Amino acid sequence: MSILVFAEHRGGILRKAAKEALSKGRTLAEQMGLKVAALIIGSDMGGLPEQISKYGVDDVYVADDQSLAIYQTESYAANLQLVIKEMNPKVVMMANSAISRDMAPLVAERIGAGLVPDCVEITLKGEKLSYTRPVFAGKALVRMRVNTPIEFVTLRPNAFPAVESPTLPRVKQIKAAVPDSGAKTVCVDLPEGQGPELTEADVIVSGGRGLGDADGFALVRELAGLLDAAVGASRSAVDAGWAGHRMQVGQTGNVVSPKLYIALGISGAIQHIAGMGTSKCIVAVNKDPEANILKVADYGIVGDLYEVVPIMIKKLKGNG
Amino acid sequence: MNIVVCIKQTFDSEARIQLTSEGSIDESLVKFVINPFDEYAVEEALLLKEGAGGGEVTLISADRRDPSVALRQGLAMGADRAVWLDCNKIPFVDHHVYAQALAGWLRGRSFDLVLCGKMAIDDGASELPSRLAGVLNIPQVTTVSQLRIENGRMLAKRDIEGGFEMVEVELPCLVSAQKGLNIPRYPSLRKIMEAKRKTVERIEIDRSGISLSEINPFVEIEEYMLPSARTAGRILEGDHQTIVAGLLRMLHEERRIF
Ligand SMILES: Cc1cc2nc3c(=O)[nH]c(=O)nc-3n(C[C@H](O)[C@H](O)[C@H](O)COP(=O)(O)OP(=O)(O)OC[C@H]3O[C@@H](n4cnc5c(N)ncnc54)[C@H](O)[C@@H]3O)c2cc1C
Ligand SMILES: Nc1ncnc2c1ncn2[C@@H]1O[C@H](COP(=O)(O)O)[C@@H](O)[C@H]1O
Repeated sequence: MSILVFAEHRGGILRKAAKEALSKGRTLAEQMGLKVAALIIGSDMGGLPEQISKYGVDDVYVADDQSLAIYQTESYAANLQLVIKEMNPKVVMMANSAISRDMAPLVAERIGAGLVPDCVEITLKGEKLSYTRPVFAGKALVRMRVNTPIEFVTLRPNAFPAVESPTLPRVKQIKAAVPDSGAKTVCVDLPEGQGPELTEADVIVSGGRGLGDADGFALVRELAGLLDAAVGASRSAVDAGWAGHRMQVGQTGNVVSPKLYIALGISGAIQHIAGMGTSKCIVAVNKDPEANILKVADYGIVGDLYEVVPIMIKKLKGNG
Repeated sequence: MNIVVCIKQTFDSEARIQLTSEGSIDESLVKFVINPFDEYAVEEALLLKEGAGGGEVTLISADRRDPSVALRQGLAMGADRAVWLDCNKIPFVDHHVYAQALAGWLRGRSFDLVLCGKMAIDDGASELPSRLAGVLNIPQVTTVSQLRIENGRMLAKRDIEGGFEMVEVELPCLVSAQKGLNIPRYPSLRKIMEAKRKTVERIEIDRSGISLSEINPFVEIEEYMLPSARTAGRILEGDHQTIVAGLLRMLHEERRIF
């Protein structure tokens, strides 16, 4: 028996959240006396098994075909299902992402498996796994168990550490399934692909209505650039057209838990906190001393962001 | 265009969450609303129907409690009819059971499109849409922020981390709606009053085409917990130069963030 980790990559580069899933897969497998296998799907993935080998897997299944170069719901699902059928894993694990939210419930339903999405903690209680996940936008947590022979779980990015533990895995090429489908992804566009990705970033700088106008985001981006951070936004900033909707943080946007979240001109509405409240460290700059964000921030600065942020930028550049 | 929109009634996003003495979520204190992402789904259904010059928009919700508040919001927006699949006979319903119940009702009906929200804000799962597409055996596109239908085919923009994909898909298919798809209309007072008088059809889950003895939940809840509150923050005092210097030092030296 083993744990199967679907290891997501982009263009042959293992995603950070996939490293976290591989690491958690390995620690659980050790506790449960199971083996760990990884599955990679795509085309031209030459360097991937080596990247994966750093995280201590026993086997790497490779489904390689030109038609799998970009994510396709039906064929990715079919290949995952194929490998599940071949190895009959106890747990199927992957990062919570746009791909897994599309694919995991589909495959789980087809093979009759329960799923715990967006999990933040997994513990072994006797023989059974117990999964913890946030519900009601983080205002409560629920502990769940899965009662099917195969258990699916997706892990919230940044909730589990990525820990290296190199092995020499066996690489197994499978004959990739290429099923017919009524849907075909014709292209992928990653315009925001330059900096770190919002849900995986260690540091996020977010701007809100307090920026005053769209140009204010230039300041947010400059600070983000210096911290190698992703840029986020409150819903008010998105609705005002200052930032794209994919940048929204909150209950109806992205849920993030970076090491550092810097909120600039954001009041800290309950729906915003829902998306960033589990950040390890929160810094807020707000000119209103009563703003809610200052109640949840580890470090709050009461002041005009247009005075405070330029000082930060200057000091980070090493000339102040 | 016959479109079915799956609706979930959820807690208001401002709701305070407390546990009852038995450890379940205390529902007595909260206001219920239509799941915000489902409003995008309803709006898109109405736009597509209007664009096609005809058809029917049906709302369907599977729930153990009466989801009329959410369904009436959709009716007030302009949906033609609303159905409540009453799941009261099942003590605990998970996404698998909901998907089977919805599929049971959908099978044998003719539809061009099933629309869902991308995620229910209460369970935050994004699980039902793909499960439902799997049971119905129709293609799916999730987290769609733009779509166009021409000659029985849809071109959909699917949001992913840092960008998007363009997906071409045949009808009938299932789509889950993401923010950006449209701006949901506010129903007028007259429409709200009219919707109050419309009936919500109630169908018992075991009359929706599935057999209760064959359908069991795949997951089980052990317990609900409330998260520990964040320890109260600290306001940094002093002039901005000193505060910022101190903050950067703390982030660097104590927290080792950069
Ligand atoms: C169903 C629902 C879902 C929602 N989902 C989300 C969500 O996902 N994400 C989200 O963010 N919101 C969400 N909201 C909206 C939320 O309720 C708030 O309206 C929103 O978060 C406010 O954005 P803001 O903090 O940028 O703006 P405001 O609340 O207007 O706050 C602006 C802040 O900037 C400060 N400020 C102004 N000028 C300066 C300056 N020069 N320097 C420093 N500070 C300054 C002000 O003191 C104020 O605190 C949702 C609402 C609903 C009803
Ligand atoms: N019980 C239900 N009845 C009808 N539709 C539902 C139900 N649960 C979820 N949905 C739909 O599926 C979407 C995603 O929900 P979830 O998978 O719970 O995050 C929602 O926005 C609804 O459109």
